[in-house]
Amino acid sequence: MNSSIPQTPILPTDYTVKPDDAKTSTGRSLRTEEMIVNMGPQHPSTHGVLRLEIVVDGEIVRECIPHIGYLHRCFEKHCEQMTSYQQVIPYTDRMDYCSAMTNEWGYVLAAERMLKIEVPERVEYIRVIMAELQRIASHIIAIGTYGIDSGAFTPFLYTFIDREKILDLFEMTCGARLLYNYIWIGGLSHDLPPKFIEQAKEFCAYYRPRIKMLNDLLSYNEIFMKRTANVGVIPNDVAINYAISGPQLRGCGIDWDLRRDDPYSVYHKFDWQVQVGKGELGTSLGDCWNRHIVRMREMEQSINIIEQALAGLPEGNVHAAIPKRIRPDKDAEIYVRTESPRGEIGFYLVSDGTASPFRVKARGPAFVNLSVLPEIARGCMIADLVLIAGSIDIVLGEVDR
Amino acid sequence: MNIHSLIQTVQSFVSNEIVLAIALSILPLIFVLTYVLFVLYTEMKIAAHIQDRVAYMRVGWHGVLQNIADMIKLLLKEDIVPASADKLFFRLAPYIAFAGTYAAYAVLPFTSIFIGANINLGLFFLVASGSFVVVGILMAGWSSNNKWSLLGGIRSAAQMVSYELPTSLAIVIIAMITGSLNLQDIVRFQDGGMQNWLVFGGSLPLQQKLLLLPFTVITFIIFLISSNAEINRTPFDLPEAESELVQGFFTEYSGLRFAMFYLTEYANLFTVFAVAVSMFLGGWSSPFGSFMSGPVWGVFWFAAKSYFFVMVQIWVRWTLPRIRVDQLMYVSWKVLTPWLLFCLFAVGIILVV
Repeated sequence: MNSSIPQTPILPTDYTVKPDDAKTSTGRSLRTEEMIVNMGPQHPSTHGVLRLEIVVDGEIVRECIPHIGYLHRCFEKHCEQMTSYQQVIPYTDRMDYCSAMTNEWGYVLAAERMLKIEVPERVEYIRVIMAELQRIASHIIAIGTYGIDSGAFTPFLYTFIDREKILDLFEMTCGARLLYNYIWIGGLSHDLPPKFIEQAKEFCAYYRPRIKMLNDLLSYNEIFMKRTANVGVIPNDVAINYAISGPQLRGCGIDWDLRRDDPYSVYHKFDWQVQVGKGELGTSLGDCWNRHIVRMREMEQSINIIEQALAGLPEGNVHAAIPKRIRPDKDAEIYVRTESPRGEIGFYLVSDGTASPFRVKARGPAFVNLSVLPEIARGCMIADLVLIAGSIDIVLGEVDR
Repeated sequence: MNIHSLIQTVQSFVSNEIVLAIALSILPLIFVLTYVLFVLYTEMKIAAHIQDRVAYMRVGWHGVLQNIADMIKLLLKEDIVPASADKLFFRLAPYIAFAGTYAAYAVLPFTSIFIGANINLGLFFLVASGSFVVVGILMAGWSSNNKWSLLGGIRSAAQMVSYELPTSLAIVIIAMITGSLNLQDIVRFQDGGMQNWLVFGGSLPLQQKLLLLPFTVITFIIFLISSNAEINRTPFDLPEAESELVQGFFTEYSGLRFAMFYLTEYANLFTVFAVAVSMFLGGWSSPFGSFMSGPVWGVFWFAAKSYFFVMVQIWVRWTLPRIRVDQLMYVSWKVLTPWLLFCLFAVGIILVV
């Protein structure tokens, strides 16, 4: 055989880390075979079409390589082909379909800052209400599916009862239940319907005890805590080096929330705290349980914000006076980041002076957070891997875009 | 041939030992099938009410015929055998698993006059036939030629083998107290009302009974936990952990073979709790002494008590998350087994002194 022909590797990935052979008590090495398993893209607990290529030694994961792109829809390229800045908004909806409102807001905020548009205060308040409702709805999915990942099916259905109520609120506001196209550049598509405030207040009063119930059912369940505590620990430096954000970062005990630290909108007017993992009850900072409990506590804070925003909602118009054709300056560019339920969602817009953006680059929090998975999954068990992937709370629509 | 000889032929046919054995062995099968349909329905309904939904509502009144419809669907489905599977073992596995489960029904005392095989080693036979199920599951996991199935099969084998230890120890404790391995004798030992149940110390003199009481209660609870693990149900449902191993060892199965595994699971569910009831809660004997007792009431009490624990299991199943493999082993080897060994010693000392 001609040695000059490069041998094609059998596997697409090179597994550099080889564990030591198992040894018997007399020092002889036992030959154990590693198995390469594809977890996904059709697997019940990869939250969509994520494919994890895992090397397992029995039940222990030696290596985990995420393969993404099964849901790639050329979102960023589509945005360049639109005829106006407004038309991009539905695409941002479809990016992270579990938190469409906050995605819209991130993009709209970037466009507004680029065009230097001031929106009325009522708009800001409504946006905050919607974003926080969306945060609860999104955390609900994260927590419910996390219950399924850990084997408890019932919390999932409980959380979805509550999510329905939020979706009902969204539906009465803008007619859509999942992909809203509600937050527009310079305002909102509609004002709030007459009964919205009343029903939103009702929801807040209803949801507080439900958080406690969910905590009793799942978060403080002995088995659940045993499963998630000290599993998938992200050390602080790893978290920062991988640019983790959102509840994942706060679960590590790092006090960082863009709503407070890079202020936008009217969040500074409300009384609320950034929730940080405390590592109590025998758990360690940065493990799955702390990421989970940060989400639970954030929902409570979101309710606080919603209640205050509803109480102080000013009267006024929901459309700012903006030109019919939006044309930013030539070569204007901007990066704006906001806090989505999954972390920092940033939009980088470049204008070439025409009516449509020259480039829209989205910094998806789920994509960035997913990148830490191979780092923390090494050496855990298959059952843990499922929980780690669940606690990172990925939405494949946003990872693949 | 006159009518007289015809009757004689029929009589001799019925009195033939083999025919009688077959007829008697079919009796529990009828019970199992009706019971599985009933439990499947109630499980779905209970799960639905736990989860704030309504479950089946369309097929029949409140969906009572849904399971029959499902069964027909499974029977009519194409039986797929993966191309790379070990065909013989793949085809054989569900029947071996079911045979293991069904063999256990031979020694279950349904009532004071009916027991399939009144052998002296009843409980021993139960443990043995329980291990037979593992063979079927391991076979299914390995022959499917699917890595998830293999992992499920291996998990199942490890789990069932390590949980057989606490189960057997609990059986030893019962055998020590009653002096018999025959389930019928064990139930007779507890006859005469609730106070005679072995969970409360059995029908021994009061002083001895009070001394035994804490240990029998512990044994009972541990037996419930470990039998729960032996039938692979939540929180011990690792072999078929849906979110981890897709469907575990029966990922590749479809149609009738899938139905067989399903049947095995639910038949097993009844077996272990029937054994628990016979060993600790008086089996077919009435909890009120002579009130409502008798062979027919016996079947009622036996089924009702077992059914109660099946319901408890379902309640647990829809409430708790699943534990991890190493935790599973930890619970068996470091918690349940030492406790039972302690109980074993204590019971031994009490019985001797």
